[in-house]
Amino acid sequence: MKTTFHSTLETLRRGQRGVIKTVDSADPAVQRLMVLGLVAGAEIEFTGAAIGGDPLEFRLFGNGISLRREQARHFEVVAAGDG
Amino acid sequence: MASTRAISIPVERISVRQYPRATIAVVGNPNSGKSTLFNRLTGLRQSTANYPGVTVEKHVGIAKLDDAVLELVDLPGTFSLSAHSLEERIAVDVVLGRMRGVEKPAGILAVVAANNLYQGLFLVQQLIELGLPVVVALTMSDAAEAAGLKIDVDKLRRFLGGAIVCPVVATTGQGMGSLRRALAVLPEARVPDAPAFWPELRATADKLAAESNGRMRRIEIERALIDGSNGPPVVDASADTLTARIREARARLFGGRPPVAEEAQRRYDWVREVLAEVQSGSPVLRTWGARVAAFLNRPVPGTIGLFVVMAVVFQAVFAWATPLMDAIDAATAATGAWVSSTLPESALTSLIADGVIAGVGSVIVFLPQIMILFLFIILLEDSGYLARAAYLMDRVMRSVGLSGQSIIPMISSFACAVPGVMATRVIPNRRDRIATILAAPFMTCSARLPVYALLIAAFVPATAVGWFNLQGLVLLGLYLLGIIAGVLTALLLRQTALRGPKPAFALMLPEFRKPNLRTVAIQLLGRVKVFLRRAGTVIFTVAVIVWALAYYPRSESVEGTAEARLAQAEASLSDDALDRARVRIANDAAAAQLEQSWLGRAGKVVAPVFRPLGWDWKISAAVIAGFPAREVVIAVLGTVYAVGDEASDSTLTQRLESATWPDGSPVFTLPMVFGLLIFYAWCLQCAATLAVIRRETNSWRWPVFAWTYMTTMGYVGAMVVYQVGSP
Repeated sequence: MKTTFHSTLETLRRGQRGVIKTVDSADPAVQRLMVLGLVAGAEIEFTGAAIGGDPLEFRLFGNGISLRREQARHFEVVAAGDG
Repeated sequence: MASTRAISIPVERISVRQYPRATIAVVGNPNSGKSTLFNRLTGLRQSTANYPGVTVEKHVGIAKLDDAVLELVDLPGTFSLSAHSLEERIAVDVVLGRMRGVEKPAGILAVVAANNLYQGLFLVQQLIELGLPVVVALTMSDAAEAAGLKIDVDKLRRFLGGAIVCPVVATTGQGMGSLRRALAVLPEARVPDAPAFWPELRATADKLAAESNGRMRRIEIERALIDGSNGPPVVDASADTLTARIREARARLFGGRPPVAEEAQRRYDWVREVLAEVQSGSPVLRTWGARVAAFLNRPVPGTIGLFVVMAVVFQAVFAWATPLMDAIDAATAATGAWVSSTLPESALTSLIADGVIAGVGSVIVFLPQIMILFLFIILLEDSGYLARAAYLMDRVMRSVGLSGQSIIPMISSFACAVPGVMATRVIPNRRDRIATILAAPFMTCSARLPVYALLIAAFVPATAVGWFNLQGLVLLGLYLLGIIAGVLTALLLRQTALRGPKPAFALMLPEFRKPNLRTVAIQLLGRVKVFLRRAGTVIFTVAVIVWALAYYPRSESVEGTAEARLAQAEASLSDDALDRARVRIANDAAAAQLEQSWLGRAGKVVAPVFRPLGWDWKISAAVIAGFPAREVVIAVLGTVYAVGDEASDSTLTQRLESATWPDGSPVFTLPMVFGLLIFYAWCLQCAATLAVIRRETNSWRWPVFAWTYMTTMGYVGAMVVYQVGSP
């Protein structure tokens, strides 16, 4: 099943924070990211993208984690006010 | 009855070799400071071997504590016991006691970075569920404090079911005393109660455990519920009804959701609850490491930074190592010459001088570069930059079918493909890893350089092309040829033999930190040892074999001719002229001996195969000798063209220029030389690389494929250039 989220890790702006609301966990690559702590309820901040706009870097509980856009869009996020 | 006299020796003077009492597994996230802590506990009492059947290194050390000696097994860093990469699978197998050759651990030392409790506690709860005594080392607690984090250790201990928690600073040794005391009694320590991270799961397990009438403990049922058939075989076959009940309960608990995802969600929910209670203050990004990391987050400074780092590594590997390498070369040649002139002329003398000494020399000549390269890789790894380089280059590397993690093996291969192939271990995806391994030997390694230098200096005119020198441009072109061939190979493989789903990419990007010198030194020593064992033995063996092929059989008629010429020269010449004649005669004799040696004969036999490339039997013989180790080719050319040991001298260049076919036309035409250069750029002439590929892929298939593929490419490339370029 394919889920399309409106607001995801991919749509966060640089420096913006958000809380993960739901995860479309069908993709094993997404499951791997969940094992690393990207689960519903986790607070996350988008800190920047690499050369060419991909992969993306986030801050998760004080630590940097990077993932590709392809996976980022499987994480629905409730964005906080402008960070 | 004979009287016995008591002889008393003070107990402390009896030296008893203490055998480790028990094995403790050291487990933690990557970048948790695990290696530093392990080195602090064991010092130099450690050894490195391989786990049976796989390429992951097994680090074992002996920790001498106050009144106990323990064996510590430093496991590869892992985030979870649901193993993802090969290294993680090893870690899981060891802690579960499923690894051959490793005793089931009697306890676990869980290493958690104080500034990353989030991921650390995820792993710790899984470890506690294994039912072994656990001590948690909270590392880098100074850095966490500096960043404004406060951790309530007593509270944390309660959440962890009573597991001992020791805050330590491994770099300074702070807190190590209490950790050592805790470790000494760990095998007998109480097993902590597993936290109930998922109350529903706990309740279900309790119920099933009661139903099983003591056949299974609650903890075993919990594991079976989480892992299903992938977990350890805790459900025995006779317990059919129980198995069925567990399967039912599993379906109810997980519904249609992937168990891995559900487990991760539940565990992190628990971790967040614990963090809210035990951790106060949020990490403030005040450290220099965080600031540098934030700056290098931006694409432009990040990219510039990456190129600067790569340039420094290149400069160091090539410029700093050169004087040392030249000195080693000179020392080897001088030692060989000294042995030849001191010992009586015999096969043994030649074996020692041209086989053994030259062989040892050809191994240690690589050491300066290899050590500098390893030093930089370790520094980049420990400072946290390696992950950032992988992150920055991921997009670019993906366009050629690889991932960002392939960048370091590729860069390493410009010094030597052996450490390059070894560095592919960080790539979790097997297809990515093999594609990288097969692309790596195309990078221009330092053993190709002397061959390039010789041929370019001899045959490419030093004319100016714009701002550049043609010779320099040709060298640059050869580097590019290697890169292009490597990239195309990776691309091709990822679309054919290694086609598969895009691998998961998830990378932790640690803050920058100052590498710990002690850890760096211990790691460097370990890696150099591995290089010497893997590559050194192969290079040395090859040198001796090539020597034998070029030495045997000896021809008496050649010796006779040489002696006759020598007698004639001694009768008619004197002083300098005689000395020159002696050298001349010796070099001619060596060339004649080589011509009729096994190597020379082989060159003549295969010469027709290389005729379409424009090579005569001499070049063919040199290339054959170069197959196990490409750098040998220059020495063989030197002998076959009768210039003796002065192979790099201009005399060899002159000889090559004047070499002709029987009809008088020159052998070394420009198309032939370019073809030869392309052959060298693409051919896999290195037994050490093949041996390492065999080891790292754990099969013969890939080294055989790599050799065949690269040799074919070299041959076809050289032939096309020669045939098209020759009138």
